[in-house]
Amino acid sequence: MDIHEYQAKQLLAKFGVNIPAGEIIYQPHEAVTVTSWLNEEEVMVKAQVHAGGRGKSGGIKKCTGQEEVVETVEKMIGMKLKTPQTGDKQKTVTRVYIEKAHNIQTELYFCVLVDRETGGNTIITSKKGGMDIEKVAENDPDSIFKVKLSPGNKLLNHHARTISYELGLKGAVAKKAQKNLIGIYNAFEKLDAAMIEINPLAVTKEGEVVALDCKASFDDNALYRQRQIADMKDENEYDPLELEAARHDLNYVKLDGNIGLMVNGAGLSMATMDIIKFYGGEAANFMDVAGAATPQRVAAAFKLIYRDSDVKGILINIFGGMMRCNDIAQGLVDASKEVGLDKPLVVRLEGTNVEMGMDILKNSGFPITPVPTMEQAAKEIVELVKKN
Amino acid sequence: MAVLITKESKIICQGFTGSQGTFHSERAIEYNTNIVGGVTPDKGGMKHLNIPVFNTVAEAKKKTGCNASGVFVPPPFAADAILEGVEAELDLIVCITDGIPTSDMQRVRREMKGSKTRLVGPNCPGVLTPGVGKIGIIPGHICKPGRIGVVSRSGTLSYEAAVQTSSLGQSTIIGIGGDPVNGTNFVDALELFLKDDETDGIVLIGEIGGTPEVEGAEFIKSWKGQFKKPVAGFVAGAAAPKGRKLGHAGAIVNSGAETADAKKEALKSAGVIVADTITTIGEAMIKAMEI
Repeated sequence: MDIHEYQAKQLLAKFGVNIPAGEIIYQPHEAVTVTSWLNEEEVMVKAQVHAGGRGKSGGIKKCTGQEEVVETVEKMIGMKLKTPQTGDKQKTVTRVYIEKAHNIQTELYFCVLVDRETGGNTIITSKKGGMDIEKVAENDPDSIFKVKLSPGNKLLNHHARTISYELGLKGAVAKKAQKNLIGIYNAFEKLDAAMIEINPLAVTKEGEVVALDCKASFDDNALYRQRQIADMKDENEYDPLELEAARHDLNYVKLDGNIGLMVNGAGLSMATMDIIKFYGGEAANFMDVAGAATPQRVAAAFKLIYRDSDVKGILINIFGGMMRCNDIAQGLVDASKEVGLDKPLVVRLEGTNVEMGMDILKNSGFPITPVPTMEQAAKEIVELVKKN
Repeated sequence: MAVLITKESKIICQGFTGSQGTFHSERAIEYNTNIVGGVTPDKGGMKHLNIPVFNTVAEAKKKTGCNASGVFVPPPFAADAILEGVEAELDLIVCITDGIPTSDMQRVRREMKGSKTRLVGPNCPGVLTPGVGKIGIIPGHICKPGRIGVVSRSGTLSYEAAVQTSSLGQSTIIGIGGDPVNGTNFVDALELFLKDDETDGIVLIGEIGGTPEVEGAEFIKSWKGQFKKPVAGFVAGAAAPKGRKLGHAGAIVNSGAETADAKKEALKSAGVIVADTITTIGEAMIKAMEI
């Protein structure tokens, strides 16, 4: 789960990380109170959306004086933001963060994440902060320094010292950086984060070390014991269909194609997306009917996919070990009646009572094509969608 | 003799009396698996499915001589259950539970350093040796005794592989699971199958994320002379949008080696016959056997 920059900063502050003074607002008039409270010549006005690259898209602005702040906030709230990371979609800005601006001397990069290769947490740092780290890795890999911790091990003081020296820091500034690094790492560990990225971690002209931006995402599996994080979820950031899927415990991600998918198992879901692409189509979604593929869950998932207006045809691919295909087929026919199915639906079922299931689908009176193999299913749906 | 589950295995189920533990233990018993006991705290002394229940793994081991366990314990308690089995020095623990916090599994990994126990999973379909027994949720009727070892990160894709290799049959099917921090990996499973004289060929099914497939490919490359077995592979996720989950920095950790294409290339360069789609993994295995 992702959270906003201001939420991440509030969390980091509790772990002793130095963040700029700031406040979140939802209404332009609140900007007046916040700027007088900050009492700074220059402030940053930052649109809060879950996407990087806001600066390049007008989502971040340095303002001088209260008038400019209010004017900027008025423009920003309600604005549709498209950044290099939002893809084709736009995000509507509903809240804006106002914080003290700093005199930046150096911009550094610092990130902690779970490293799938080692199973432990890995720290990635660079002297070249403030820009796209993927580009830095490509153009100047030597400027990136990593610390790979063994699974279950912590970031210790000696790691923090080594990192601060690698970043070219000295004396009091190095000490301040170390304190911040340990704070960020402790937050990562205590809050079950999956990734915390500080870009930039700035050294100011006054010799302060301060986290100017922060992106944080958390381990969904641990939210049950991280209530304060779970409560930070901003539903505006999610596709409405994804939110509804989550309520049904369905593992759903909206994609850009037009073939709706419903599959059991994440691996089989991905493999089904792959085979559709192989035959020239494109999936409208990833959908793993996680857990038991019961007729009720299958029907709920089916109705959800059907509601997506991008979907021109649906492919259902279920390989059930234990479940009875006739039950699943009946669930699908009932759901088809409910929605008045008028898009092509191709179904591949594997499990017990396959023949009975196939017969139910064939005789349903709806445009349903049951097929025996995954390969045929993919070919068939790609063709049907092309024809329509 | 196949790997991990053999005729000698004495198996218990942790989380035995829960709904998942009960359901899948029933299926395992139907499959003639040698289940000698179950563990549920506070329910020791009773019988469930006509099998004795114990309070702790240590007690189960003392009374039954069990050497393997299937863990069906809910996510908040699963890491502790695994470590209980490690403490009791079981040979094999297969954790089916999905949804264990990553930091819990990191702790398990650290505590298991130097232990003699092998962990498979978590978030996996388990292990099945056709005709002998199973731990987990792999449906028995789709598997046939034979000489192909199957190792897969995804459960349902291991089922596809089992069905498609029906003509050859399988020695053992190992689902290693898809979590970021897990126990047995491709290299471990490949090593088991390489040493197993009842396995003639291996199907390896990977997916995007992490680099265990690349490490598996490196290991296959090191096979020399007689100690070589044909391998067929597939990697799911070629059509998946990049960086949807971990976002930004995740992509640079291992410099592009986590994509499906990179993994397929790595496997090909190790001589693995790589299937374009999951539906041709059986053909790929047959082709690999003929070379």
